[in-house]
Amino acid sequence: MTQQGVRWTTDQVLALAPDAVSRKAGSKLGTAGPWSETGSSDEGTVWGLCKGSGTKPYQTVVDVADASGPAYKCSCPSRKFPCKHALGLLLLWSGGEVAVPAGQAPDWAEQWIAGRRGRTQEKQTTGPQGAGAADPEAARRRAERRAERVTAGATELEQRLADLLRSGLATAEQAGYGLWEETAARMVDAQAPGLAARVRELGAIPSSGPGWPVRLLEECALLHLLDQGWLHREHLPPALAATVRTRIGLPTSPDGPPLRDDWLVLAQYDTADPKLTTRRIWLHGTASGRTALLLSYGAAGRAPELALPVGLTLDAEVTAYPGAGQQRASLGEQFAPPAPTSTRPPGVTTTEAAARYGAALREDPWLESVPITLDAVIPTPDGTAWQLADAEEDTALPLSPTATSRPGLWRLIALSGGTPIKVFGEHGHRGFTPLTAWPTGPGEAVRLC
Amino acid sequence: MTGTPPPAAPPPAWEDLVTAALLGTDRRTPPGAPPGRTAPAALLDAAAAETVRRRAGLRPGRAAPRPEPAPEDPRPALPAAAVRRLGLLLADRPGSGGSGRRGTAPDLMELLPQWLAAANSRGFAAPAEALPALLDAARGRTDLRPAALEFAGPRALWLARLNPDWRFALRATPGGGAVLPGPEETDRINQLWQEGLFAERVALLAAVRSRDPDAARELLATTWPTERAEDRLMFLDSLRTGLGPRDEPLLEQALADRSRNVRATAAELLSALPGSALAARMAVRAGACVAVDHTQDTPTLVVEAPHECDAAMERDGVVPKAPSGRGERSWWFGQLVEAAPLASWQARLGGRTPQEIVALPVADDWLSELHAAWCRAAVRQRDADWSRALLGVPSAPEAGGPGAVSLAERAKLLGTLPAGERAEWVAGFIAAHGLSEAFQLLGVCAVPWAPPLGRSVVDALNIARDAGSYPWSFSGVMGLAERCLDPAEAGRLDALLAIPDEPEDASPGAGGYWAEAFQRLGTTLRLRAVMSEELGAS
Repeated sequence: MTQQGVRWTTDQVLALAPDAVSRKAGSKLGTAGPWSETGSSDEGTVWGLCKGSGTKPYQTVVDVADASGPAYKCSCPSRKFPCKHALGLLLLWSGGEVAVPAGQAPDWAEQWIAGRRGRTQEKQTTGPQGAGAADPEAARRRAERRAERVTAGATELEQRLADLLRSGLATAEQAGYGLWEETAARMVDAQAPGLAARVRELGAIPSSGPGWPVRLLEECALLHLLDQGWLHREHLPPALAATVRTRIGLPTSPDGPPLRDDWLVLAQYDTADPKLTTRRIWLHGTASGRTALLLSYGAAGRAPELALPVGLTLDAEVTAYPGAGQQRASLGEQFAPPAPTSTRPPGVTTTEAAARYGAALREDPWLESVPITLDAVIPTPDGTAWQLADAEEDTALPLSPTATSRPGLWRLIALSGGTPIKVFGEHGHRGFTPLTAWPTGPGEAVRLC
Repeated sequence: MTGTPPPAAPPPAWEDLVTAALLGTDRRTPPGAPPGRTAPAALLDAAAAETVRRRAGLRPGRAAPRPEPAPEDPRPALPAAAVRRLGLLLADRPGSGGSGRRGTAPDLMELLPQWLAAANSRGFAAPAEALPALLDAARGRTDLRPAALEFAGPRALWLARLNPDWRFALRATPGGGAVLPGPEETDRINQLWQEGLFAERVALLAAVRSRDPDAARELLATTWPTERAEDRLMFLDSLRTGLGPRDEPLLEQALADRSRNVRATAAELLSALPGSALAARMAVRAGACVAVDHTQDTPTLVVEAPHECDAAMERDGVVPKAPSGRGERSWWFGQLVEAAPLASWQARLGGRTPQEIVALPVADDWLSELHAAWCRAAVRQRDADWSRALLGVPSAPEAGGPGAVSLAERAKLLGTLPAGERAEWVAGFIAAHGLSEAFQLLGVCAVPWAPPLGRSVVDALNIARDAGSYPWSFSGVMGLAERCLDPAEAGRLDALLAIPDEPEDASPGAGGYWAEAFQRLGTTLRLRAVMSEELGAS
């Protein structure tokens, strides 16, 4: 396959933008006007000169073939990453050969590419040695100390939960946010970020509308279950113990054998909190049938580095993280740049989807949702809410509250037009959250998030 | 989740656990737990098991009645490159970032109307996933609605019925999106006319009128006496399309209407029919007021305005009460001349051509009153000969100044001329008077601008730059040029992109801003060429 065949779509390019402002600015630069000396090479490099406000045009290069998503270089002073010039250049490139012809990279672009590729190779050869250099004895002692802290934290949290249950959840409504914030801070001190995040979420439940006591009891009970899981981890089967460690927030590293496959990018979306942007990318192995979740983080205001365009396939190795029922994996070596495909993931019925979530809870009781592709469902209004009604059976999955408030809902409804379509999303106890859909006839995947 | 919870297991029922948790174990001992210090832990143990059990046991709910499938859109799919372009145009929505200064990047939102028009003229179907963004764009900008809704097609109306935010689409489309009866379905037409809502009836009348003017008039005549006054006004107004001599009897009847507004509209429509009885009556009245005085050295027009507004005049739509600050007699005179057929003046004034008549001197300061009334008549009767005469030569000195004919009126007069002539006149005007007055006139020219017009606009911009002013004094014309200049002219701009040496009296930095403005103009033109190529332009 040559590079010319894999120009991305506009959506795929815009998905790289760190925020809405950059998306808009990039769109404006995605026209031939300010650009000159643009070109792209067979190795997956795109370059061009962009006329800015100064006299000297900005030099912009993008390496789309890189193993960990596209890499950017631009001589502009912007701190956004990628900057609007890189986005504009990619948009132009996605427009076709007229705007960005195939050619030989100029010297300034070639230097950067050569330097980058050299460094990447160096990293690959020196990588393993670096990891082995640490003192195993010291690492073990550090891990032990941390485990002691977590144990202390979990014990304290158990005490707080018991106090709460003794005086009643009704008091939690009066106590407000402060109580939970303080407890969450204690959990951060105890180096158990997973517990801290759960505690912080507890604080929001009393103000979350009718039915809050039920939700608060559920979450308190699951938190108690996690505490108990940690305190009795020696008695758990190893896989479940690994899941508990992951849920507590202890660092883990991928340990499975690398699995090479043509991975179809099912969905990519970001969730942001004030300090951190988390990007989730769902992959489907077209040969293995496996589903994998890649996580990537970015500091506030910066897009996470890994970006994979939805609807393309990636010939790459993926390594799973330990733990029962865990989908998380890390992306290893990529053997070719992402390529377009007409493959769609195989799907299930609504009944099977519900059964899958139930089965997954057996391995990880803290699981919020599982990735599911529904084969043929019709978005159907149900009072003020929406559901995905099965085309074959008389059953339906409700859409989750998050999905109902997203603009993607209307893209899904428009795409369906009352006929059955294939939808990928996350299904859990709150309902189904659609992330990507495929039209009834031929056509590209449509992002819904 | 609407899924049915699994049948309650024997030990502790979930509701009992929740009650105990809410009240606290100090007050309520949870079911199946020992009282005392271990009660909270026992309660949490039971609740954890129960929570996981409830979640694992969730089953799908019962499906609600499925929506009716959206009607098929038979139009061919949009080419892939055009789908991408549409996504970019729609992504550039106002309000999302962006500052006041525009820089060199084209204003994409402003190109959306053109893009829609081109896509509609080629009969492409909108991609389904773009419909929500398209409807949102149309919601914010009423001027986009007709083209956006035409392009969006039947599926957009189907969507609009599901989302209250897009209800405007149903209002804009007759019959709430239901298909209007075809020409042969007389029964359905009559039924809708008799029983439909007001908006549906207006839309129906407009649709029938555009197909068969006589049928529409006859339809209206069946219920005319029973309609409410406001409705009569709206219905009468829809006769404006396809107005013809055969509408006269109904309009004559409406001259005796109870409502003053209906009477005025009927009179206005009748006066646009030069062969009507009303027009003839007006010709007699107006003719009596104007005569050629041959006793002067050159023949001169003398005006004797009417002394009263009698009942017959009032019935023919003359408004008796003058607005404050205007003399009654000149007010009546203006209305008479405005409604009189222009052709009658040639006979009345010695067989002169319109040019000759307009050139005649007018005695006693009646010139502006008389010419203004003729302008209104020329626009109303869409008379190109008289418009040409009243417009005069574009390069004439008074054409630029505050002459007898205002810019707004001149723009209306231009509207009666063929497109080519219009462009040429405006080109001549700009060449002589520059751009400062030209905005309104440019607005009536056909898009893309004809070559002579485009050239004169670019030349005038160039002159404005050399004069040293800032480009934003011309931002209106610049914006129009970005949208209306023929993309083929883009090459001519290349020479203007360089930053010129600043003359001493120029505004500081103006040269750079001009280069930027011209660059944006060139970029936009190239983008428009690409857009139209993507849509498969011939």
